[in-house]
Amino acid sequence: MSKRVAIIGIGTTGFRATTPDVSYRELTYEAAMKAYLDAGVEPKDIGSFVATSEDFLEGYSISDEYSPDQLGAVLRPIYTVPGDFIHSLASAYMMILSGVGPISVAQGLSKASNMLTLSEMVTFGMDPIYNRPLKESPHAVAGLEMARFLYETGTTREQCAKVVVKNRKNALNNPYAGHGVLVNPDYVLNSEVISYPLTQMDISPHSDGAVVVVLAEEEAAKALCDKPIWIRGIGWCSDTPGLETRNWAEAIYAQMAAEMAYKMAGIRYPRKEIDFAEINDEFSYKELQHLEAMRVCKKGEAGPLTEIGGTEITGEFPVNTSGGCLGVGNLYELNGGHKVFEVVQQLRGEAGKNQLKNVTTGLAQSWRGIPTTTGTVVILSN
Amino acid sequence: MEITKKMVEKTATKLTAEEILEGKVLSVKWEPKLKYAWDNGPAIGRYLAELKNGKIIAKKCDKCHRIMIPPRMFCELCWVPSGEWVYVKDTGIVNTWIIGHVDWKAKRLDIKGGVRPITLSIIEIDGASKGMGILHHLGEVDPWKIHRGMKVKAVWKPPEERTGSITDIKYFKPVK
Repeated sequence: MSKRVAIIGIGTTGFRATTPDVSYRELTYEAAMKAYLDAGVEPKDIGSFVATSEDFLEGYSISDEYSPDQLGAVLRPIYTVPGDFIHSLASAYMMILSGVGPISVAQGLSKASNMLTLSEMVTFGMDPIYNRPLKESPHAVAGLEMARFLYETGTTREQCAKVVVKNRKNALNNPYAGHGVLVNPDYVLNSEVISYPLTQMDISPHSDGAVVVVLAEEEAAKALCDKPIWIRGIGWCSDTPGLETRNWAEAIYAQMAAEMAYKMAGIRYPRKEIDFAEINDEFSYKELQHLEAMRVCKKGEAGPLTEIGGTEITGEFPVNTSGGCLGVGNLYELNGGHKVFEVVQQLRGEAGKNQLKNVTTGLAQSWRGIPTTTGTVVILSN
Repeated sequence: MEITKKMVEKTATKLTAEEILEGKVLSVKWEPKLKYAWDNGPAIGRYLAELKNGKIIAKKCDKCHRIMIPPRMFCELCWVPSGEWVYVKDTGIVNTWIIGHVDWKAKRLDIKGGVRPITLSIIEIDGASKGMGILHHLGEVDPWKIHRGMKVKAVWKPPEERTGSITDIKYFKPVK
């Protein structure tokens, strides 16, 4: 049996639409200082560091070269993953299992406010021969997917609007969230159309911020930490990238990532064995589609569950108590980071006004965003 | 297996530059519009503001006592917030340099036709800790007479032309 690994420290700057007072260096430095203090470690105690960045979003070629300083990782084992934060978390987890050292660190960052041509950057991720010549907005891809998802599952736009109302309300009680607001479903449904059926309010607004997480192998975790949060399962998966051939109704990539994590965690009935989840909701319908991929609901049942309040903080299976991407903000490569941060807070009993009662197991799921079919899942227990 | 000329002629499709330019084969032209507005933060922000004033400013680490340029809000080696701001001189010594015959787009310079080679240097700044300096051009010097340890001084743009950039210094020139 593998060694057990726990999260023993978390740190964040919180998430805001803009952060003009600091550079990306100071953002990560703040999150790292908090995480190391939380874990009771210093950089010299850490065996390996895994950073997360995507060159075109940072505006640096080989942006990984700029990651060591602010983590205290100069002249130390470090590399960068150009994926989601949970990919980096998986890497940091494997570092411990590989014997690189009993303590490792995963970092993620968003400076989305610094990207002046965000839409072009995402379009640049589309196939240059088949797709780019058509000069479509990246949100067209989300619109296409939403339309097919609604059609195949019988989910309604009203149910998607309920996701927006819930998540943006949850964000009001999360001091780290940047986009909390009280709105009613009609406001969402009547907001500006972007790619029908997708409206402006169905899209998560972007945020800046950083998250750093410290992991430790069982012995070190128990010595350093009163409330270790154990990594029980972790998974990741990518579908074929073609827009022409993908499954537009179901998030198979997320389902396969979840099955990988469930197998490792020994989970057979997710709805019963998991208490709550942080689910990628970069677009309102994605929360519902991803919930079905996690097998929390059967196909077509996430919408009705949301409609009756089943995913509210007071509901039977709370989803995105943090406010999600819709309420916290779209953090791009860091999206998985804020999900993990929230699950750890809930399992420690440190989630403030949004704290759930008697929770022992939570799930954090992320997605690489438009136009990808890449997903990540981690299951944590206290 | 060795690839022979005969094999290439039999199997490969020949393509000329003209055929690409005339659109006889599929080609895609895409100019990505990638624009960023990086937040400087207090350290880089003040460094650039001081350059506009014609001054070079560093920041001190209270633990290892390094005087660091470019300034930073934390010492990356000691892992502590950095301390006081310190002005350093606009003079220094040449650590290493090149005599460049190609420009930054890899275009060959017409050196024989009288174009001056590019003389880019790492300059260790007086007042900063050893090994800390500025990457900049050298000027008013015969490229072949540059030497390690050569003393140099910043040649600044006139105040009205400065923008708060490393190019507010035009270049460094030798001094006695």
